[in-house]
Amino acid sequence: MPTIVVDVMPKAELLDPQGKAVSGALSRLGVSDFTSVRIGKRFELTVEGEVGEDVLAKAREIADDILSNSVIEDVVGIEVVE
Amino acid sequence: MTEAPAPRIGVITFPGSLDDRDAQRAIRIAGAEPVALWHGSHDLDGVDALVLPGGFSYGDYLRAGAIAALAPIMADVKDAAAKGMPILGICNGFQMLVEAQLLPGGLIRNAHQQFVRRDQRLRVENSSTAWTSDFADGQEIVIPLKNADGGYIASESELDRLEGEGLVAFRYVGVNPNGSLRDIAGLANERGNVVGLMPHPEHAVEPGFGPGTAVAMRSGVDGLPFFTSAIAALVGAAA
Repeated sequence: MPTIVVDVMPKAELLDPQGKAVSGALSRLGVSDFTSVRIGKRFELTVEGEVGEDVLAKAREIADDILSNSVIEDVVGIEVVE
Repeated sequence: MTEAPAPRIGVITFPGSLDDRDAQRAIRIAGAEPVALWHGSHDLDGVDALVLPGGFSYGDYLRAGAIAALAPIMADVKDAAAKGMPILGICNGFQMLVEAQLLPGGLIRNAHQQFVRRDQRLRVENSSTAWTSDFADGQEIVIPLKNADGGYIASESELDRLEGEGLVAFRYVGVNPNGSLRDIAGLANERGNVVGLMPHPEHAVEPGFGPGTAVAMRSGVDGLPFFTSAIAALVGAAA
């Protein structure tokens, strides 16, 4: 069944406390290859049948209005995965 | 002359609300009649004012307050807000007001990642709202704070606008417990009828059950004026 994947990330200019905590754990473990970690959200919207333009438009709409809050987050990707 | 009936103040219970009963108790102690309301209905039961209580509605899934902000009754809350009804959002209720775009900005995980619970000093920055008129501008109060997602954020330009228009209602004093920008603890809308804050006035309304003060343990009742302010506004409007 086709799935629409929506990726949401905290805004780049804002502090991401969760990412910062993971970053701190990595550095305590001696992992020094990564300069920062940021944590976002992935939504998988399952669709029955074809993903038409209207369904995609609805996905974009709920991504902006419900799945993310534009004050604190950005929708960074909407793609159809079979 | 017959005494006017006490104002009726509704408290909306959502799945995961925790402080709805405390809010009802605070309303009763302040001299109004609390009215229990339910998130899934469209019935505000003719109340004169509303409190959106604290808790963890829907387990804070998606974003704190986000799913509750989509509840059926929130459409009626928005209509009531537009008509000028006094509405107070406490903690999770503040998060709902922000998610419902009745107040600007956003609330994110505390900067230190941890749940925090403390008796918090605040400064009242705007005493001309429906919920703060029994305070004085600049007055310092202490009420409990307990949250995980209390970090207030907004863009620099939005923060400047909020400050310029006097919409910052409360600011943290001494300690900023959650990384809120500009130490913002609570906001009001332009009209002053909608107020939201992270700390909990309903937990500081009765001697013996509030924050400690210099006078005695748990004697703090600095939360009471929130409710008496709204009652005074309602009684004044009815007179």
